[in-house]
Amino acid sequence: MKDWEPRIVGFLCNWCTYGAADLAGISRMQYPPNVKAIRIPCTGRMSPKFILAAFMKGADGVWVSGCHPGDCHYLEGNYYARRKFALFKNLIEYMGIEPGRLHFSWISSAESTKFASTVKEVTSAVKALGPRKHGIKKAFTVNS
Amino acid sequence: MSDYTAKIKEISARLLKEEKVEMVIGFRKGTVPMMNEPCFVKTPEDVKELVWDSNCGINLANYLTDRKEKIGIIAKGCDSRNIVTHIIENKVKREQLLIIGVPCKGMIDKNKITSMFENEINEVLEDEENIIVKGKVFEKTLNKNDVLQENCKICIHRNPVISDELAADLLDEQKDIDRYEDVRKIEAMATEDKWKYFEDLLSPCIRCYACRNACPLCYCPTCFVDESRPQWVGKSLDPTDTRTFHFLRAYHCAGRCTDCGACERACPMGIKVRMFTKKLEKDCLELYGWEAGLSLDERPPLDTYRPNDPEDFIK
Repeated sequence: MKDWEPRIVGFLCNWCTYGAADLAGISRMQYPPNVKAIRIPCTGRMSPKFILAAFMKGADGVWVSGCHPGDCHYLEGNYYARRKFALFKNLIEYMGIEPGRLHFSWISSAESTKFASTVKEVTSAVKALGPRKHGIKKAFTVNS
Repeated sequence: MSDYTAKIKEISARLLKEEKVEMVIGFRKGTVPMMNEPCFVKTPEDVKELVWDSNCGINLANYLTDRKEKIGIIAKGCDSRNIVTHIIENKVKREQLLIIGVPCKGMIDKNKITSMFENEINEVLEDEENIIVKGKVFEKTLNKNDVLQENCKICIHRNPVISDELAADLLDEQKDIDRYEDVRKIEAMATEDKWKYFEDLLSPCIRCYACRNACPLCYCPTCFVDESRPQWVGKSLDPTDTRTFHFLRAYHCAGRCTDCGACERACPMGIKVRMFTKKLEKDCLELYGWEAGLSLDERPPLDTYRPNDPEDFIK
C-alpha cells in the first residue's frame, strides 16, 4: 500500500481550466500525474451522473473545475452549476463519502499556477484519505 | 370527516353538472382497509364514489402530468404545492384546473398500524381524534396523532396554497415545528457511520421503483434507471446501484420536493426514503431560502441563480 497512488477524475471546462492545463504544460510546470482530465464544454454541462459514475467505477477522487463566476463562455452556465454542485456535495457527504474526495474550483485559462497548485492540493487531499473502502461496484474492483 | 366527503361530493357534482370540468380526480374507497384509491369521476352520478378520510395519502398531482382536458382536482396542502410545481414546469396549465382545496388534518400510516396487530385488519373507522381498528377477534381504538404519517406530523402547510373552491374551513398551521431533527442527527455522524446508516436503510430495497412511480415529480419520458446507452445505474441489486438510484432519485427532486410522503407511503419494504429528499429540502431552504410549490411567480432554485450564491466549498 506504500506505493498507492490515487486515481482522480478531473472534469475540466474547455474554455478555462482545460486551457490552464495546456498552459501549465507549455510552461513545464511540475504537478502530480494523478488527475485524468476529461474535457467538458462547460461546468453547466456537468450531470450528477458523471460524478456518481466515476465514483462507482472506482475513482478515488473527483474534481470539477470551470470558469470564474461572471466569466462563463455561455454567460451563466457556471452560476447554475454552482447551485447544483452545492446541493450535490452536501448530499453525497451526507450519504457517507468523505468530504476530501470531491473538489470544485474556478480556474481561468491564464491561471496555470493555480492549476498546478490545485492539482497538488486535490491529489494530496485524496491521498491522505487512502483508497476507497466502499461504493465501488464489484465488476470494477481491481485487485492491485 | 363525513362533512368533508359531503362537501367534496357537492362541489364535484356541481362542477360536472355545469360542465366546468370534464372530470374530477379524487379518492374512492379501496378494496383493502386504509388504502383509498385515486378515481376519475366523469359524470355527476358517479360522485357518490368519492370519499375523504385519513387514508388519502396518495398525491393526486401525479395524475395531472401532460393532461389536456379541464380537470377538477381534490388537493390537500401538499397536493396543491405539487400542482403549483407542475404548473411552473409546464406540465399542466392553471386555466385547465379547478382546484378543490381540502385543509388536511394529516394522513395515517398504514404500515405503522398494520405492524401493531398480529391478526388481519378487516375494517378501519375514524372520528375526529380516534382511529378504530377492527379485526375478526379484536377491536382497538388508537389516537390518530400517534399513527400519523411521519411527514404529516411535521407538516407546516396543511392548507392548500392555491384553490378555487374549499371543502372546509382553513385550519391553523402547526407552529414551532422542528422539521429537520432527523437530518441533523445524520449530519452530525462520522463519515463511516453515515455510510453504515444508509447501507442499513437501503438494505431491504428491492428496486421496485414504487417510490419513483408514486412521486408527482417523476415524469421524465425516459427515467435514468431505464437508460442503457450509456447505462448510468445498473439494474442489479448491487448495493452500489441501489444507493446510486436513491441518490439520483432524490437529487432529481432537489428544490421541487414538497415532502408529501407519497414515496415513503408507496414503499412496500417500509424504507424511509424521505431521508434523502429531506436533506435537499433543508439545504434549499438554508442556502437559497426556498420552499417548493408556494408561489407561481418564483422560479425553482436550480432554474435560477444569484451572483452572490454561497461558494465557500469552491477553491
